[in-house]
Amino acid sequence: MSTSAENENPDTATPEARGLSQGQLVRKRFFGHTAAVISMFVFAGIVILAFTSVGYAGIPGWYQWNYIETPPIQGRGEPTWELPFDFGQHPFGQDSVGRDMFAMTMRGAQLSLIVMFIIGALGGILGVIIGGVSGYFRGWVEAVLMRLTDTVIIIPLIILAAVLGTISQTMTGRGTIANAIFGGSDGVVLLGLFVGVIIWTGLARLVRGEFLSLREREFVDAARIAGASDRRIIFKHILPNAVGVIIVNTTLVMASAILLETALSFLGMGVQAPDVSLGSLISDNQQAFTTRPWLFWWPGLFIIAICLSINFIGDGLRDAFDPRQKKFRAKKAKDTRASSSAEAKA
Amino acid sequence: MNPLLAIEDLRVSFGSGLGRRHAKEVLHGISMSIEAGETLGLVGESGSGKTTIGRAVLGLTAASGGRIVFDGQQISHLNMAQRRKLAKNLQAVFQDPYTSLNPALTISDVLSEPLIAQGSGSSEARTVIADLLDKVGLPSDSARRLPREFSGGQRQRIAIARALALDPKLIVCDEPVSSLDLSTQGKVLDLLIEIQERTGVAYLFISHDLAVVRHISHRVAVLRGGHIVETGSARQVTSEPEHAYTKQLLLASPVADPIAQKERRERRSRLTALDSPSDRLVKDA
Repeated sequence: MSTSAENENPDTATPEARGLSQGQLVRKRFFGHTAAVISMFVFAGIVILAFTSVGYAGIPGWYQWNYIETPPIQGRGEPTWELPFDFGQHPFGQDSVGRDMFAMTMRGAQLSLIVMFIIGALGGILGVIIGGVSGYFRGWVEAVLMRLTDTVIIIPLIILAAVLGTISQTMTGRGTIANAIFGGSDGVVLLGLFVGVIIWTGLARLVRGEFLSLREREFVDAARIAGASDRRIIFKHILPNAVGVIIVNTTLVMASAILLETALSFLGMGVQAPDVSLGSLISDNQQAFTTRPWLFWWPGLFIIAICLSINFIGDGLRDAFDPRQKKFRAKKAKDTRASSSAEAKA
Repeated sequence: MNPLLAIEDLRVSFGSGLGRRHAKEVLHGISMSIEAGETLGLVGESGSGKTTIGRAVLGLTAASGGRIVFDGQQISHLNMAQRRKLAKNLQAVFQDPYTSLNPALTISDVLSEPLIAQGSGSSEARTVIADLLDKVGLPSDSARRLPREFSGGQRQRIAIARALALDPKLIVCDEPVSSLDLSTQGKVLDLLIEIQERTGVAYLFISHDLAVVRHISHRVAVLRGGHIVETGSARQVTSEPEHAYTKQLLLASPVADPIAQKERRERRSRLTALDSPSDRLVKDA
């Protein structure tokens, strides 16, 4: 810092410092992350495809079959899709009773996405509230909440989820209250809620750590001296500075949630027949792996695509939010250096 | 006349949460006072408890004993609503202008914080903010900008503006210039002095730098290991110190002349040798 910096008019500040708000900087950095941007489009494509093709909640889709109809099997039921654009009757093939594989995969993707969002939202909200409250108020509140977190952490997630998944099966189905509330996808909604209730622990610990460090910062002291209330300090000073950690880790929780749902359905404790999820499709068709591999490929492909794209989006968000992340600036410096050396040559 | 701030036998301990048995006392009965419109400089080495005194006055650290009386009111054990009322008269400027401003808020949000907490409307706050920016010598379009867009000296001006927003009677300045370079230090100090002349605010000015303290203070208190070892007028303490520790402190600040510096170093080591062994133990610990 020099004398000239002290007298400098903000208007003549460096381009990096001028004008860009925190949000604009984050957006700029995120859109500079190629993998994240591609993943965002892939993910959006999957969501649109899954929900428009077979329809959702009684709204019909544009695809000719649904996931329950059993049209006559054509040939061995192999995919009729001939590259590039000749889709035929059953582009992804048919299973042993003739159900259309594309329709089933789309339905499975729908349920997996619903579960993922419910788990992400619920886990995120619980994690932020529990972590934030214990990090900000400390004392006995923190002791109780963090011991609760430890207790949930020591129970193996897959066992807890399996038990809750089985409970959710008995609580749902035709004629139950849950069915009336959530419509056709009651089982999967309950499953999501149950898993969301146990998956918040990692996020709670991270948010607590973030709150612990932010509450000791001088700007929080300054706000306290100015007479700001706890509510104002939390929502105006601490939460906006912790939002990066929260968004990034919620995204990563969602990625692991979709795998957890798949694992549960594979073990037979998730979504129940005749409904399908990506995990249950793989589970049902594992014997067909050598004879009719397409029954196995498509759901697997979609699991991988969803998981990878969510992970890359989370990655891009982390890079965009992390202020210690120097990649953006380093790349820029390299660009300027390259251009200046090019000028020197010329 | 009663002093504006009177600290009587202030004790502060930090320690383990369990039973307070292993609590370590860092302030061992501090007594001092500040008159209205006066600057009290508080000097001492790292760990001597200067910042702790400031934080205790501001209510950020709980006192374990003694009294702090501000404007006739005992303030060492206030609840939140009483603190908020007190905020009108007691404000602070912190050491590091890079962490004392919330990076997510614009300058106008930063400056309106104390005003809104005291219940002013937003249009009222806007006129006050323009006035404040003018007072600390920043362009009025700064209000829409983020802290990131300002240099360290400018940020410290913003922090001073925030402290002035409620027109307080006392500002606790916790090393407000120690993270700035020398020429910027001078400007910020001159700004503080000018504000004092104009508004009659009192400062509790905490610093480890005797030259800075001499420049701004009316009276100086020297702190060592949680005790006040010497109090007096700024001129007396910084030119004819009585206590051996203050003399050491004076000789510890280097001078540009190598020959004079060598002589100072020798005088200082002679003084240190005169120290009692127990004193040195305290210092080493």
